[in-house]
Amino acid sequence: MKGLSVLLSFLSFLAASPLIAIGPGEALKDAALEARARDIGRQLRCLVCQNQSIDDSDAPLAQDLRRLVRKRVKAGDTNKQVIDYIHSRYGDFVLLRPPIDIRTWLLWYGPPVFLIFALFLILVRTSRRRQTRATHDSPLSVQEIARADTLLNRKEDSR
Amino acid sequence: MGSSRILFLAPLAIFILVAAVAGYYLLENRDPRLLPSAMINKPAPTFRLNGLSVDGREVAKGFSSDNFKGHITVLNFFASWCGPCLVEHPQVMALAGMRGVVVLGVNYKNKPVDAAAWLARNGNPYARIGVDPQGDLALEFGLYAVPETFVIDHTGRIRVKHVGPITEDVLQENLLPAIRALQR
Amino acid sequence: MTAEIGHFALIVAAVLSLGQSVLPLIGASRRHGGLMALGGTLATGQFVFVLIAFGALTWAYLVSDFSVANVAQNSHSKKPSLYKITGVWGNHEGSMVLWCLILALFGASVAWFGSNVAPSLRARVIGIQGMIGVGFLAFVLLTSNPFDRVNPVPLDGQGLNPILQDPGLAFHPPLLYLGYVGFSVTFSFAIAALLEGRVDASWGRWVRPWALAAWSFLTLGIALGSWWAYYELGWGGFWFWDPVENASFMPWLVGTALLHSAVVVERRDALKSWSVLLAILTFSLSLLGTFLVRSGVLTSVHTFATDPERGLFILGILILTIGGALALYAWRAPILKGGGLFRPISREGSLILNNLMLTIAALTVLFGTLYPLIIDGLGLGKISVGPPYFNATFIPLMVPMMIAMGIAPFLPWKRADFGAAISQLTFVGLVTILVAAVILYLEDRSSFLAALGIGLAVWLVGASLRELASRLNLFRGSLGASLRRAAGLPRGAWGMTISHAAAGMMVAGITASGVWQTEVVRYMKAGDRADVAGYSITFKGVHQLRSSNYLARQGIFAVVQDGVNIATLRPEKRIYLPQRMPTTEAAIRTNLLADLYVVLGDPNNEGGYAVRLYHNPLVAWIWIGAILMFLGGVVSLTDRRHRVGAPRRSTRSIAAPLAKA
Repeated sequence: MKGLSVLLSFLSFLAASPLIAIGPGEALKDAALEARARDIGRQLRCLVCQNQSIDDSDAPLAQDLRRLVRKRVKAGDTNKQVIDYIHSRYGDFVLLRPPIDIRTWLLWYGPPVFLIFALFLILVRTSRRRQTRATHDSPLSVQEIARADTLLNRKEDSR
Repeated sequence: MGSSRILFLAPLAIFILVAAVAGYYLLENRDPRLLPSAMINKPAPTFRLNGLSVDGREVAKGFSSDNFKGHITVLNFFASWCGPCLVEHPQVMALAGMRGVVVLGVNYKNKPVDAAAWLARNGNPYARIGVDPQGDLALEFGLYAVPETFVIDHTGRIRVKHVGPITEDVLQENLLPAIRALQR
Repeated sequence: MTAEIGHFALIVAAVLSLGQSVLPLIGASRRHGGLMALGGTLATGQFVFVLIAFGALTWAYLVSDFSVANVAQNSHSKKPSLYKITGVWGNHEGSMVLWCLILALFGASVAWFGSNVAPSLRARVIGIQGMIGVGFLAFVLLTSNPFDRVNPVPLDGQGLNPILQDPGLAFHPPLLYLGYVGFSVTFSFAIAALLEGRVDASWGRWVRPWALAAWSFLTLGIALGSWWAYYELGWGGFWFWDPVENASFMPWLVGTALLHSAVVVERRDALKSWSVLLAILTFSLSLLGTFLVRSGVLTSVHTFATDPERGLFILGILILTIGGALALYAWRAPILKGGGLFRPISREGSLILNNLMLTIAALTVLFGTLYPLIIDGLGLGKISVGPPYFNATFIPLMVPMMIAMGIAPFLPWKRADFGAAISQLTFVGLVTILVAAVILYLEDRSSFLAALGIGLAVWLVGASLRELASRLNLFRGSLGASLRRAAGLPRGAWGMTISHAAAGMMVAGITASGVWQTEVVRYMKAGDRADVAGYSITFKGVHQLRSSNYLARQGIFAVVQDGVNIATLRPEKRIYLPQRMPTTEAAIRTNLLADLYVVLGDPNNEGGYAVRLYHNPLVAWIWIGAILMFLGGVVSLTDRRHRVGAPRRSTRSIAAPLAKA
């Protein structure tokens, strides 16, 4: 019931529109300001759509937010000020670039930490292997390749 | 060799974590469309809205954020073109009848004529009605869609936000307890 | 009657797959040739029966048998025949039958074409394929039966989602599934190897063709999906980092890593447990993609109607398959001894770098896709992870990888002289730097990204051609000798050159269309003219069209360049019946160097129409690159090393001698 009512309220907003971006007459005259507005728009989520920025959406809320962005940009706000302004009203959900805080450390720092850890591991392993190579001087791999080759060739010959 | 054993176990451990989250998510059966509000416990934005008037005749007085002071306010965004607003209308009327609660309406992106006719037909629960023809105030309040309702305390702080129609359940389980808690 | 035949065939297939998942494994552990060979027969049988079921469902769609609930819900008598057929997999139930069909096809293919694989390994692979088949056939039969009847029979169907009534999206799922499910074979090879406790060079050689085939299809499937997004969604975007796109991209990234690590296993007997892990992960990510799309965990533009019960079932399959595989891996992989030794600067070293970058890239995509769910699940609020995150994490990983991609083919195995490799690339390097410098100097629009992207593209294409030239001894010997060398060059080498150069083309397309797109958005009345990137485009007006299943408003635009009328573009806005759902159909004219892209929008009060005009430079290269990548995979697949046994040869004849032994 709860889900249905929420759905209903969303249907009143989402008049099944194909995904179409910024409309005629919306753009600012000043090309530099407009470019900034587009850049900001691409970083803000269209809240009533799924996975679209306000720059990509035809939803009325996205249009309103685009207008708000242009109003603030024209009033002299920096990109960060505009984004903060909307962030303070719509919460983290509106940011397509998630804020860096304790919750998102893993998201932002996880991959680089993994990368450094893996590079370290590889270096340690290859150097350790070079040491063992000095003691056991038997290139096992060559034998195995040879065995595999004979196995395969035998079968190919028997064809 | 012990350390590499752990390395071989790592993928399994990560997978178990991911699967646990996925399973929890499914069993929880939450609606992915439900969204929290960033405005809770923050002071309501300052603003002034013109009243609803048709051809120069005032249907209801406008208001400003000063009108929140000194009592509990229920701020309701509505429009005549919004189906769910009709669904919640009896509950809004009920709220308007409560002692110590002032119900204010924001008429969202609506032709005044349509809004006035809608109110005449269904009853007017609002002490004052401000018009928001462009949806500018809605953006200030972080509105997703109409109807949306805010409960604001006597200091002008937003305490509850409800997205979607106020059903009888929502009224009894969500809004009324919150209002009573504020009245205490 | 056909529906009952189909249902029955599915049940038979499930029973056969149950046998397939047990008997060959027993055969392999007891060295019983007959039981091992039975696996192949059962796999063939499973395929035949799923094919019957799929045929029965297709028939029900073709003849519009609305007594079948699935047909009534997803088809319509007035729909074009093509979309009646593709409508079979345009819904959850039907697409799962297609999934099972392709799974059974791959299982049977191992039996048909895997005659050079050691019999016990092959039996185990077929057994594992059978297990996966059991899971998915049970899923279809228990939660998603497409053959349920409906009573009373409706007069007509509810129609297929108009978005799916499109050639691009119609063939997107089958290709994607050929990729996703194709990786089930490499998965089964990995599990079979863990069961046997042995991975050697021949394992790498056997796995590679399957990985190549699956990877090629997945490449094409993803490309088709993005091409569809490009022409259908109406503003020239082609990739949105949507969770469902990510779900197909993750197996592609890890599958690409597998493709490269399998070479190291084959040639150098190294990276064995790593390759096994990649094989497991690739298919696991394919399954995860299926789960995310089907369960309703993620809401996205192209999720099917979702259902928590189905989600739980798929989660169960996931836990058994992936959890079981990773547990087996944790237990058995440590006994896989690494072989060939190498220095960090070597072909092996560069392939490790490639693997590392690709898997970390896949990890960022995985994190970005799942993180909002995890945060929400833990009650920490709602966050969004969108393109800014993916661009910020993805590009820094891809840049060093692509630089290495140019150098790696010049590095010999075991240990390499880095200076010698670089010296062969001096010319290409100089050209790259020159191009980047010119772009930095001339362009003021996002010039750094443009210089980086185009520079990388020049580098990749240049280095690939340079490598080919040195293999062919071009410019040094006679042309005839070079041609003879070209003919003798292994197909695998050709495949690599083509795919690497194709990657360069894609980078060029992505960069140029992103940085140098021109956009004009305005209202136009009949007779109005707009100028876009040297083209002058005149709006001639609109007229109404009517098709069997939609109404359309078509705009006519005359395109003039240098005073010559070069094209007429006809974008449409359609309303599909019976759903009354609107779609936009962009009109695109491409000369392969740039696309002219026109979208017709809604009218305003003054008789004008909202019109969007785009000029997208090099955007077609993205899909040309993808097709070349696919072809590179196919060429590689025909390499003599991968040539698989002739299908006519009986599987029994190889199994028999071993059984005696």
